[in-house]
Amino acid sequence: MNDYDLVNVLRSIVVVVGLLCFLGICIWAYSKHARAGFDEAAQLPLADDDLPAPPAGKEGMTNG
Amino acid sequence: MQSQATYDYKVVRQFAIMTVVWGIVGMLVGVIVAAQLVWPELNVHEYLHFGRLRPLHTNAVIFAFGGSALFATSFYVVQRTCHTRLFAPGLAAFVFWGWQLIIVAAAVTLPLGFTTGKEYAELEWPIDIAIAVVWVAYAIVFFGTLAIRKVSHIYVANWFYGAFIIAVALLHIVNSAEVPVSFTTLKSYSAYAGTQDAMVQWWYGHNAVGFFLTAGFLGMMYYFVPKQANRPVYSYRLSVVHFWALIFTYMWAGPHHLHYTALPSWTQSVGMLFSLILLAPSWGGMINGIMTLSGAWHKLRTDPILKFLVTSLSFYGMSTFEGPMMSVKTVNSLSHYTDWTVGHVHSGALGWVALVSIGAIYFLLPRLYGKTEMYSVKLINTHFWIATIGIVLYVASMWIAGVMQGLYWRAFDVDGTLTYTFVEGVKKSYPFWTIRLVGGALFLVGMLIMFYNMLKTIAGQRAYDAPIVVPAAAHA
Repeated sequence: MNDYDLVNVLRSIVVVVGLLCFLGICIWAYSKHARAGFDEAAQLPLADDDLPAPPAGKEGMTNG
Repeated sequence: MQSQATYDYKVVRQFAIMTVVWGIVGMLVGVIVAAQLVWPELNVHEYLHFGRLRPLHTNAVIFAFGGSALFATSFYVVQRTCHTRLFAPGLAAFVFWGWQLIIVAAAVTLPLGFTTGKEYAELEWPIDIAIAVVWVAYAIVFFGTLAIRKVSHIYVANWFYGAFIIAVALLHIVNSAEVPVSFTTLKSYSAYAGTQDAMVQWWYGHNAVGFFLTAGFLGMMYYFVPKQANRPVYSYRLSVVHFWALIFTYMWAGPHHLHYTALPSWTQSVGMLFSLILLAPSWGGMINGIMTLSGAWHKLRTDPILKFLVTSLSFYGMSTFEGPMMSVKTVNSLSHYTDWTVGHVHSGALGWVALVSIGAIYFLLPRLYGKTEMYSVKLINTHFWIATIGIVLYVASMWIAGVMQGLYWRAFDVDGTLTYTFVEGVKKSYPFWTIRLVGGALFLVGMLIMFYNMLKTIAGQRAYDAPIVVPAAAHA
């Protein structure tokens, strides 16, 4: 096997490993194990109240 | 006890304001080049010629407007979702001023005619080096902030921002490998030759779309859509899967820019195949964003910021369907080099990138100045409709002009000669170029409205840095 063939075998291996890696990620993402963590992570932006308190003297917020 | 420490909003404020300013500058140059196509007499001087202003337009809107929006939002999102101040705020300030200097350098050198001739990578070697330095500083601030986070999870928006930062560093450094030959004329030659140079350039060019204009803005979408809709993202696991699918496939799609060229035919076919596969992860993101609103659709009626965000996702879905379709070789033989490509790009750039950025900046501006909403919510709504009508005029006119040009160019007579001269297609394009000019001008008017609204929101307000909130999970 010359270098050229070897490089092509390595390229094929990288593609196959990449695909397996992706399939592994899919299986993990849809497993029960990942669910609780995902639910918690999904709440991260919402649990964080980033609105400044309305200025004093104004009655709450109005829309429009 | 709540700590008195505050988030580092200064660099967010600076980039948010410059997003609007550079948006106006970049889009104004766009309107000028659009006018030059309608009235060629407007090419008044070599410095202001179409060939020099066009790269100025693309650089300004992508890297100055889009870049500033990405910097502003990523610095905000990474702090808020990690519950910590920026890592190395001094370096963040360097990123801001460095990036502004690079933009000014681009605005000076491009009209003067200094260019590498590589699309979206026109800037010459000293500026390339500066970009690499600033980008590494950006990466240190962003990933450093992730490293000192106070919560265990890294929220999905940060994954997209992180991928954007790493990929853009890789793309920029590899594609900008060049041999400088002069300090005075800033001249350099690419490290690659011939077809390889073209392949490296479009590997860069397409992934600039994939990682700068997609992954980064998806990061924006994954924070601001759930936030504005006040609902968690539709499917977090879908966001994980489509993230990795995008990462694994985008890097291979570049050859579709080189269909029917000297690039080996099999390479073109591989590029086309991966472009078709890309439809799946792209639509994964689009569906995930839009479905986040399920159960909260009524908010679209009253909330113009949400209108911006959701319409941007619709355009994202449309242009990521159109893109794979145009990458099919037989379709590309009609569309390539025509205005259809220009229409496609603007469906993505105005419809997706600009609308999602504008929505995010409207979200941010009041919060950065201690207010709960913009000076005028009505004007946000006006901006939305003017911008949307502008995009529709722009994209529809370019579709028609593009398909027409493609058909003109490949019409043959029975004896094998071309049916039409090139100029006949040009003459037929004028009405559509005029409609495009109107569409682009409307979009610019929308940005001016935004500028006014921004000034009124900021006027009399002190800069505001929100206190760092202890993460809810810490109490558990």
